[in-house]
Amino acid sequence: MDRKGLFMAIMTGAQILIECLKREGVEVMFGYPGGVVLPIFDVLYDAKLKFILTRHEQGAAHAADGYARATGKVGVCLSTSGPGATNLVTGIANAYMDSIPMVAITGQVKTFLIGNDAFQESDVTGITRPITKHNYLVKDVKDLARTIREAFYIASTGRPGPVVIDLPVDVQTSKTEFIWPEEIRIRSYQPTMEGHPGQIKKAAKMIEKAKKPILYVGGGVISSGASEQLKALAEKNQLPVTTTFMGIGAFPGEHTLCLGMLGMHGTAYANHAIMDSDLIVAIGARFDDRVTGRIDAFAPGAKIIHIDIDPTSISKNIRVDVPIVGDAKEVLRDLIGYIKKSPDIKMWLGQIEKWRKEFPLTYKHDDKLRPQFVIEKIRELTGGDAIIATEVGQNQMWSCLFYQHNQPRTWISSGGLGTMGFGLPAAIGAQIGRPEKVVFDIAGDGSIQMNIQELATAVFNKLPVKIAILNNGYLGMVRQWQELFYNKRYSSTPLKNPDFVKLAEAYGAKGLRVTRKDEVAPAIKEALATDNVVMIDFVVEPEENVFPMVPAGEALNRMLGGMA
Amino acid sequence: MKHTISILVENKFGVLARVAGLFSARGYNIDSLTVSETQDSAISRMTVVVNASDEQVLEQIKKQLNKLIDVITIIDFTKKDYIERELVFVKISVDKKDFVRLKKVIGRAKASVLVRKEDFCIVELVADQEHLNNFLGQLKDFKLVELVRSGRIAIAK
Repeated sequence: MDRKGLFMAIMTGAQILIECLKREGVEVMFGYPGGVVLPIFDVLYDAKLKFILTRHEQGAAHAADGYARATGKVGVCLSTSGPGATNLVTGIANAYMDSIPMVAITGQVKTFLIGNDAFQESDVTGITRPITKHNYLVKDVKDLARTIREAFYIASTGRPGPVVIDLPVDVQTSKTEFIWPEEIRIRSYQPTMEGHPGQIKKAAKMIEKAKKPILYVGGGVISSGASEQLKALAEKNQLPVTTTFMGIGAFPGEHTLCLGMLGMHGTAYANHAIMDSDLIVAIGARFDDRVTGRIDAFAPGAKIIHIDIDPTSISKNIRVDVPIVGDAKEVLRDLIGYIKKSPDIKMWLGQIEKWRKEFPLTYKHDDKLRPQFVIEKIRELTGGDAIIATEVGQNQMWSCLFYQHNQPRTWISSGGLGTMGFGLPAAIGAQIGRPEKVVFDIAGDGSIQMNIQELATAVFNKLPVKIAILNNGYLGMVRQWQELFYNKRYSSTPLKNPDFVKLAEAYGAKGLRVTRKDEVAPAIKEALATDNVVMIDFVVEPEENVFPMVPAGEALNRMLGGMA
Repeated sequence: MKHTISILVENKFGVLARVAGLFSARGYNIDSLTVSETQDSAISRMTVVVNASDEQVLEQIKKQLNKLIDVITIIDFTKKDYIERELVFVKISVDKKDFVRLKKVIGRAKASVLVRKEDFCIVELVADQEHLNNFLGQLKDFKLVELVRSGRIAIAK
């Protein structure tokens, strides 16, 4: 008997895995079976753990990712060795780039076969090393429980990220005493949560004195759960807020202080504001190239305060005046307390309003069915309250511009990696995590076909995900670049598509087609009233572009189009 | 500029690959790298000589290394009072006449002859970079068959 008076159980590795997952609070796992994970699937057969069988391992990884984004919990996926594991790779890299907590479990060939080029063997820890926060190859069943505990701890703390556990089949079948490690302490991993008080005071002084301050907010605010503190800081001091792509939803999109997204496809007023600012307060953001544009021309007059839990994000791309390493929530809470008087920035807010009026976010309103209109209608009919997943490309950029999110964790889109085919499986994961929510996947006709097989997963599991295909018959974003920078030479971008309505029906979903503006609202209403997967094929204006746009490598205020 | 950094890591499978992978993935240049156990068998020490163009790059290298889960601590010797040494073996092709000349160079450098055969010898020197480069400079007049360097190790005073 152990100290708690419980009989110590002798368990197999596979049983230990499932027991540990339950104790970690895992409700659902996404994956696909195969040869070397049979022992795990045998345990799953009567375990009280929901398992969602996707139709491709990449779908499983994205679904786990979407689940994590929508709930804040760790997403878990499982695959077999070799091709199963390599199929997870894109999904793992995607989660890594966007700092999403995920634990991916991969089967591995027997320990004594490792390195022998066995059937379905691949060096998973080797392959995933640069795209994981950490990874493990478990060679001894005695290490398994601790490893799983560490994996969840590492994935979900500090700057979150994916952790891979590679689990050989003989470790799954070996037996040992199950010991649950109550506490986990890793001497070489202790994220800094509280910011340095001296630095925070310095930041507070700078904010008090600023004439043209701006809060530049990234995904770190969402993963830290700091939206409330952010709102308090902004409202108390009337500070304008621009968010990164990953920061969408961290601050209410409809708020008068919200300037929307900045960067390559950001709003003109957000870009003008950051370029002209004298103080940038970066919170959980990383100054990536899509945000800064030409780096040496970025915000020349601004001092920079940078709050981030990951020290490597600070002064990586841009030199920072006041670095503050810490958790956004804790640092913001302290910062609010240290600011004694709000800066006097009426002129600045007036200037921003002028930009807002001068360069509004808009598109051509005529009889044609334009993709922006579709998104506006989806927003209107879902009350701005839906979870929006997207694919990658124009569909994604229009979604972040035209669906203002008011809540964190309602924007599910592949940022850093830009993974086409992410949206549908991620929407499935989000729907499982938030069954009460309306979940839309806003897709392009190109990217929807990259993981279209997951329609089967959604239908089979009765997940009423809605898919809006903005069908322009092109790989739209690439076509846009070809139009603007390659003299309209549309190389490999026109698409010949299947009949999406029939395709949806073949999968057991409902398919609708919309070709006219007046059909948009009724179709969305019908989709919302249907308790099944609905795929709407919106046949939109083929050569519509995403504007504004800062050409790659240009300064942020050198925007093209979209200002009319 | 070259910087000597000691990285104390968990003595675990794959740690070297993580460190090496980080350097290659982020485009940092390693001049030398040595790995061995410490007084604690659970901890290994890697001593790396890196070539960083500026302070910001060096800072980023240190932060990225620290971010690896298995890295326990980093010692940057750049602004520290420290001792560094490197061991070199040099195999030199020499006849009798050359050897007399060589012995003078060896004597001045406080190097030692480990092996002396009819047509070659193996010389050893443990020294800091300045001495070592000096010594190797003086060997230019001789016929070097093979040069083996251990890479630098360092300890703070």
